[in-house]
Amino acid sequence: MGRMSLSRVLTAVIALALIALPLVASLYGSTYAITLATRVLIYGMVAVSLDLILGYGGMVSFGHAAYFGLGGYVTAMLAFHLAEGEPIFGFAGTNEALVAWPLAMLVSGLAALAFGALSLRTSGAYFIMITLAFAQMLYYVFVALKYYGGDDGLAMATRNRFAGARMVDPQTFYFICLALLGAVMVLVARLTGSRFGMVLAGAKASERRMAALGYSVTRYRLVAFVIAGMIAGLAGALWANQARFVSPDMMAWTKSGEFMVMVILGGLSSIVGPVVGAAAFILIESTISGLTEHWQVVFGPIVVAIALFAPHGLWGLARGKPGKGEGA
Amino acid sequence: MTLVIEQLLNGLQLGVTLFLLAAGLTLVFGIMGVINLAHGSLYMVGAYGAALAAAKTGSFWLALPAGLAAAAIIGVAIELLVIRRLYARDHLYQVLATFGLILFFNGFIAWQVGRAPLLMDAPPALSGFIEIIPGVPYPAYRFAVMGVGLAVAGLLWFVITRTRLGMLIRAGSTHREMVSALGVDIARLYTLVFGLGALLAGLAGIMVGPIRSVQVGMGEQVLIMTFVVIVVGGIGSIRGAFVGALLIGMCDTLGRAFAPGLLKLYLTGSIADGLAAAFSSVLIYLVMAVVLVIRPRGLFPVGA
Repeated sequence: MGRMSLSRVLTAVIALALIALPLVASLYGSTYAITLATRVLIYGMVAVSLDLILGYGGMVSFGHAAYFGLGGYVTAMLAFHLAEGEPIFGFAGTNEALVAWPLAMLVSGLAALAFGALSLRTSGAYFIMITLAFAQMLYYVFVALKYYGGDDGLAMATRNRFAGARMVDPQTFYFICLALLGAVMVLVARLTGSRFGMVLAGAKASERRMAALGYSVTRYRLVAFVIAGMIAGLAGALWANQARFVSPDMMAWTKSGEFMVMVILGGLSSIVGPVVGAAAFILIESTISGLTEHWQVVFGPIVVAIALFAPHGLWGLARGKPGKGEGA
Repeated sequence: MTLVIEQLLNGLQLGVTLFLLAAGLTLVFGIMGVINLAHGSLYMVGAYGAALAAAKTGSFWLALPAGLAAAAIIGVAIELLVIRRLYARDHLYQVLATFGLILFFNGFIAWQVGRAPLLMDAPPALSGFIEIIPGVPYPAYRFAVMGVGLAVAGLLWFVITRTRLGMLIRAGSTHREMVSALGVDIARLYTLVFGLGALLAGLAGIMVGPIRSVQVGMGEQVLIMTFVVIVVGGIGSIRGAFVGALLIGMCDTLGRAFAPGLLKLYLTGSIADGLAAAFSSVLIYLVMAVVLVIRPRGLFPVGA
């Protein structure tokens, strides 16, 4: 009872802190804190989605940034076409979040379906390298697309409108991100607790056993891969709005690596852990880069130390035991 | 026609360079089961070691051993400090730890040497052009790179198939416990193989120095191409690495040289330019996808 309630208490504390944060920050007139916290929410969303396949599914995808970047690009491109007045595939473009964000999820989901179907023909080290290679391929496509800014990226003149209302106020946008993150976490928690999640976890423990029980393991994995891709696409759409800018760097391999660091830093297979990991990552990164321009020299060894000595992450420490799906 | 031959030679030269990297990566994976992202960093360390030594001494022939030594020493050091602790661990942690190493090496070189690319000259004896194929003058240095690469491939083949060390390497990749039970010091064998891989990666980096500029991040670009090579060839297979490297080197070079022109025969406008540029840079990934559909474990599957 004791430890279980500890993680519940911690979850409640984190949730309350996230709700109270912009109110406190606005008392001090600090929009920087809200911007930083919004980034935590968005990266947290990507990390939760990655944890679904990485932690629960045991699929080490090293290309998750591709779906994040693709979602961002879809959002920015739709706004770009609306502003430039040129239709794309007979569609005039849009600045409405309720249209653009689902489209971002759809496109990211389709990309995840195509890449996932190919990558899941393999496993182990092949899977890692192939997901990385496909993400890199997408990266080069956007570098080459000079029409959308190529290397320099694409700016959004304004944020999307949400059901017609403007989202200029950082607090409003923060709460939209918070609500969506909450929804994503509930969804992933439900999924992993369902029969679907059990099959996924079973396949991670022993693929052969699940196949012998009559489950099409690859199909379950592919569905999880696509769901994770769609959530990452939504996060990308949010990021495009937060930064009002997208660039190929959003889908660079280093981004995929950073997402992986967040998940493991926070704790695999724990829903809340990846969000904690995203927060810790952003805090560490912004602290070190405030001290020295060469933050990688300090951050690299930290990452190595996490991999070697703290496989269960911060949430694992707080909870005093590894996550459900955790295994060596 | 001259252009075609020139591009074929360029493709061969890129392929040979990729092979040097792929051989080390695939050996380390085949034998120790470790996926090492920092392999690209060893390539970078070799290149920087040589470029800095060349700038100090002005001699390529002194720079070469300096670069090799730098790559091998750093390679052995990271095996002893980090990689060794990862043998029994899940791939996930291997990826994470070696990702951290990449961050460190990139940051360290940017900090100590700077972000500006270094230039390195080919040795004077090899700085001219030669005409092996009549009417096609081609840089002598690039011929030398191909020669060295092919010689190393031959040497590697000899070591692995004809020597005691090679026998241990082959046995270690399939029957780890048995080899260790027969009294072979597996830990030392692993360090040796990792050092060998580092040496090959360093050699590739040094040889590329005079052809392209030496800069931070050069390792990752080539690392991802190397992944494509060993996925196509079959992870753990040296022969696969060789065939894959030549295939990918050719596809990439010829694709970049000729795909835009060919596409423009059928398409027009600015979209065509963008599409052509995109197509030539993703060609190797398409080749990989096709190979995966036909042979999911690569052209030369190991242990199948």
